[in-house]
Amino acid sequence: MRLVGFYIFAAIAALLPVLFPNNYFVTVVGASAGLHVILAVGLNLLIGYTGQISLGHAAFFGMGAYASAIMTTRFGWPGWLAMVAGLLVAGSIAWLFARPILRLRGHYLAMATLGFGIIIHVIMVQAMQWTGGPDGLAGIPPLNLLGWTIEGDEQWYGVIAAAMLLTIWLSLNIVDSRMGRALRAVRGSEFAAQMMGIDTASAKTQVFVISALFAAFAGSLFAHQQAFVSPDSFNLMISVELVTMVVLGGMASTFGAACGAIALTLLHQGLVVFEDYEMLIHGALLMAVMIFMPQGLFVGLSQVARRVWTHFRGRSTQCAESIGK
Amino acid sequence: MPEQLFQFLVTGVTVGSLYALVGLGFALIYNASDVVNFAQGEFVMLGAMTAISLVAAGWPLVLAAAVATLLTLLVGLLLERFAIEPAWGASVVATIIITIGAAIFLRGVALLLWGKDFHALPPFSGDTPIHWGSATLLPQSLWVLGGAVLLVTWVHLFLNHTLMGKALLACSFNRAAAQLVGINVKVMLRLAYGLSAGLGAIAGILIAPITFSSYEAGVMLGLKGFSAAIIGGIGNPMGAVAGGLLLGVLEALGAGFISSGYKDAIAFLFVLMVLFFEPTGLFGHKVAERV
Repeated sequence: MRLVGFYIFAAIAALLPVLFPNNYFVTVVGASAGLHVILAVGLNLLIGYTGQISLGHAAFFGMGAYASAIMTTRFGWPGWLAMVAGLLVAGSIAWLFARPILRLRGHYLAMATLGFGIIIHVIMVQAMQWTGGPDGLAGIPPLNLLGWTIEGDEQWYGVIAAAMLLTIWLSLNIVDSRMGRALRAVRGSEFAAQMMGIDTASAKTQVFVISALFAAFAGSLFAHQQAFVSPDSFNLMISVELVTMVVLGGMASTFGAACGAIALTLLHQGLVVFEDYEMLIHGALLMAVMIFMPQGLFVGLSQVARRVWTHFRGRSTQCAESIGK
Repeated sequence: MPEQLFQFLVTGVTVGSLYALVGLGFALIYNASDVVNFAQGEFVMLGAMTAISLVAAGWPLVLAAAVATLLTLLVGLLLERFAIEPAWGASVVATIIITIGAAIFLRGVALLLWGKDFHALPPFSGDTPIHWGSATLLPQSLWVLGGAVLLVTWVHLFLNHTLMGKALLACSFNRAAAQLVGINVKVMLRLAYGLSAGLGAIAGILIAPITFSSYEAGVMLGLKGFSAAIIGGIGNPMGAVAGGLLLGVLEALGAGFISSGYKDAIAFLFVLMVLFFEPTGLFGHKVAERV
């Protein structure tokens, strides 16, 4: 029962390329949406379930991407090893920063994570001998897994979809574990959670590291898929968009975050046709959704659905009772 | 070395007073509504860009500046009325996204109106550098400094010595209690948004001749202003001013002695360090003591 949503999601991801073969929208936009889902699902563990905020999550996405890019192009490492290195770097930096940063609350936490993201972005732009500066790094070799080289949009769609399902499955399991309950307790009241014997500092550190690892994983895939990385893909606006995906979909819901990621990716594709008006519409939509549906699209809509469902079920049980009489 | 130091300090104080004004706007809005307004930098940009357009259209500078300030003030009021008030009581994350949405929206409007080009205002009183000891100073820097001193003093007096200012402060301490003693909290909210939009616009106009302005100019300024407010302990107006000056000076020293490319990283590293050791900002607890 717990995994029903997961199976539906997996079926849709698998059916899309079958239903629409050789469709640019499915393979290219779908792959981009898949990466966003990985990022949003990871960030949702931190924002949605634990009640912390990070306005600098693009930094970890970038660390994964740059680790893959630098290690494969400059040192000739195989892609999988570079990916592991990226996970290690992002994970250890997250672990180092987690305690001092997550001690802060509310707007102070927003400021600290925002500053962290900007510092990492400045380093990407300035450390030219390593990162290639504002122009970025090109010529990243294709990813090779156990002798199979991933090439072409369809194969990338498949790999990213599989990675996305893996992270959703992981997230669902984390949320339902002892750790997931600890995280929700922290969101409810950190003080109460401490009284219950939860080591809140280490719970927050763990979830911060996990969401950084998700982001770095997506970053490595992104670098190989695009064969090019530049600092523009990891700036403050991207961090803000990641938070928006989580909040747009609905907080504390893995599928909510996933739907938010997909919705925002599609929105960007849709807004491209408006050219100069894109920014204006984007800003207006952000405001409108947050004002009128502060609990998020996915959660808001599923609440409506549940109300309709109970309404009808209420009627049918009434019928059953009257028949019983 | 000492001459350079003096020069960097002068530059730092000029930039810092700009950050101080933006940070002051953050603190005012936070006091009145518990909202961190990420569109604060856009007020600075709108003020500067409107004044530049009006001056370019042949308006006298003073009139252009006044109209630009009033227009930005109106934008601040509209933001309060149509984005903040309807979302009253929303979570911190939701309000952050709403104001970021507002910032993106205003940037989008500016992009349509003025395009992607950089624009500049002619200096108010020429651009012959003033030599002061070993440092040189643009006359416009004096305008920025003077303007900042005047505005900060005025806000300080307003908050502490007028009935309306005290009412605004009362709202920041306890909104329900303020309402109970007959303060119209909604009016105070609008006052705060209007005031900080106006402050932002004036800051933008004062700095426009030194740093060129474009539709994106508000982003970094807004973030630095937010940093200033955080360093000062959010919701503490004069703390934000001190934080802004400190940030500006450190940034100028970092740019001068370490690397100009890393100046933003240095500024934010400083903010992180402050938060690591003082999780509520340098002057944060004073608010609690004042109660």
